[in-house]
Amino acid sequence: MSLLRIDNMTHYFGGLRAVHNYNLDIEPGQIRGLIGPNGAGKTTIFNLITGIYTPTEGQIILDGKNIVGLKPHEIASMGLGRTFQNMQLWRHMTVLEQVKMARYSKLNYGLVGAFLGTAKRNKEEEEATEIAYKFMKMLGVDQFADQIVLNLPYGAQRRVEMARALSMEPKILFLDEPTAGMNPEELVQIMRIIRQIHEKLGLAIFVIEHRMKVVMELCEKIQTLVFGEVIAEGTPAEIQNNPQVIDAYLGKEAVA
Amino acid sequence: MEIKDNRPSQEKTRLKERIQDWFSQVPLLSWLFGALVAVVLEQFVGDQVSAALGLPKIPALFGFLIMLKKPLLVPSSIAYNFLIYILPICVIARLSAALANWLAARLLSSSMLLSVIVHLGLLYAALYIWSSLSDYRVLILKLALIAVMVTLSLNVVNGYMGEFSCSHPGFMALGAYVASIFTVSLFVNHRLLGPALLPASWGPFMFPIALILGGVVSAISALLVAIPSFRTRGDYLAIISLAFMFIVKSLIENMELVGGPRGLGGQPNYANLHTVFLWTVVCVWIINNFVRSTLGKAMSAVRDDEMAADAMTVNTRRTKMAAFLFAAFWAGVAGGLFAHVLRYVNPGTFSIQKLAEVLAMVYFGGLNSVIGSIVGALSITLLSEALRPLEIFKWIIIPLLLILVMIFRPTGLIAFREFDVMNFIKPKQKV
Repeated sequence: MSLLRIDNMTHYFGGLRAVHNYNLDIEPGQIRGLIGPNGAGKTTIFNLITGIYTPTEGQIILDGKNIVGLKPHEIASMGLGRTFQNMQLWRHMTVLEQVKMARYSKLNYGLVGAFLGTAKRNKEEEEATEIAYKFMKMLGVDQFADQIVLNLPYGAQRRVEMARALSMEPKILFLDEPTAGMNPEELVQIMRIIRQIHEKLGLAIFVIEHRMKVVMELCEKIQTLVFGEVIAEGTPAEIQNNPQVIDAYLGKEAVA
Repeated sequence: MEIKDNRPSQEKTRLKERIQDWFSQVPLLSWLFGALVAVVLEQFVGDQVSAALGLPKIPALFGFLIMLKKPLLVPSSIAYNFLIYILPICVIARLSAALANWLAARLLSSSMLLSVIVHLGLLYAALYIWSSLSDYRVLILKLALIAVMVTLSLNVVNGYMGEFSCSHPGFMALGAYVASIFTVSLFVNHRLLGPALLPASWGPFMFPIALILGGVVSAISALLVAIPSFRTRGDYLAIISLAFMFIVKSLIENMELVGGPRGLGGQPNYANLHTVFLWTVVCVWIINNFVRSTLGKAMSAVRDDEMAADAMTVNTRRTKMAAFLFAAFWAGVAGGLFAHVLRYVNPGTFSIQKLAEVLAMVYFGGLNSVIGSIVGALSITLLSEALRPLEIFKWIIIPLLLILVMIFRPTGLIAFREFDVMNFIKPKQKV
């Protein structure tokens, strides 16, 4: 059974058709990629799946349940973790607080527990801290635990964001341009990390990328999106040699 | 010139370091011992010392009032403060440091709760003895403690949740009136609310119910502001909440049953110092628990980036709702206490001036910080009392001070700091 299946999803912003007849089928443990030029609608697709927008048409099935119309936090707690293109970290919180926050839906002590500081609360908070540390260590940011996140170097901030998404313990992880703004050194590091978490946790990953090198090396299957429509789908090698993809990225060669 | 300028500053820093060194191993416990000794000392020799210094009587509020009225007495007022408060506190604190460190360690090893209770007990004893010298001190102390509650609860909304809410005086008014109606109609023969329904001796035991009822009514009314707050942010919420404050005020002004604009008096004397102190401690404890839990920190996540909070499974709606109602509840409780401290309320009290006062306390003390709110509330209350002889100029000096704080520390004196009780009560041995 597929983990995430999307059938004929279409979305309009007013009169503008942002996404048209989009289909996707991700099996557990797969790494999938989505590429496309600027403004093709890649992030819109992420936002549609994660519930920030509700698609005009079509259905999205996560783990056997239709999630269209659910609130973003409900979809997230069903096992969909994500990172953002421009790293939406919380400015005033420490690294540990950030990563722990993703445990929110797993905490059962309720408001009364929070007010009165019950034993149950202390136990659950401790467990959350443990899990947070596990993922911070996995991504090599545990030494920054008590620092405000904005004081960290850029690459480390990216890793904090990924640790935050992982500590939700999701079934599928969405990465929105994980290598944006990185230098070649950081790029190699983050790719190694993505491969590592995929091997260790066995979760499915869906990546939006700009850099061909990254998707080509990571993904089993790639979709190419142009103006909201998928123009090609296949293995990295197939995509690389697809004339339509080359046209979309480089433009048509002038006829001599 | 330069050498001349440098030397004293170097010496000063060395002196400062030495003083810091000298007091670095003094735990909170010995400061409290010192305070206790100082206030006991004042009881016995306060009159003699003030007479010897040429002061008319024991200065009620650290001599600020005397200093402003009769500038000639400034040196003696300062000398009084030094002799009665600063000197004994510092000496006793330093001398008892070794003993207090040992005691603090013992207390902490047996149980944290016990240690906290001992500290609070000492603090209360010192405050009680200090305030027993004049009714004025008792009143100021009670009002300062209530200000702490209001400031903290407003900090939950304006600081932790990052909304700008102006409705706190409205919540206070609701709490004040509901609690007053409850106690007055049940335990007092009143002109407007009829004869007492229950024996007056039950009153003090039912007082917490009155306060909680007031808080609950405020919290329910907060829904009126909270629901639109899900759709709007920033300026719009400020305007909605401001409107709410005026609605509450006009509503009470037009209710003849509770005295309309003339106000409601005759509240029984239930809010004595220990009641107010206890409620303040409970309020600080619960709010501090809340803001330090992940559920409470979710407020900051929603404030800093709501989309990310949503994506990380935070139920943003529930978080905002809980924070708003919670803050309104405590404002209501504080309002109830306020009414019973003054034993009279009128709707005019809960107006724009009250709002300005509370906002000043929150922003002066520091956003997102329990300890900041405590400091802000205490210092602004004391300051506005101390500057009372200046009358209208008081409202020039306090805002000016606020502007200075905003320039040099834009988020307030002690902002974005966690209040960990452990750091305060643990022994401070030299490492």
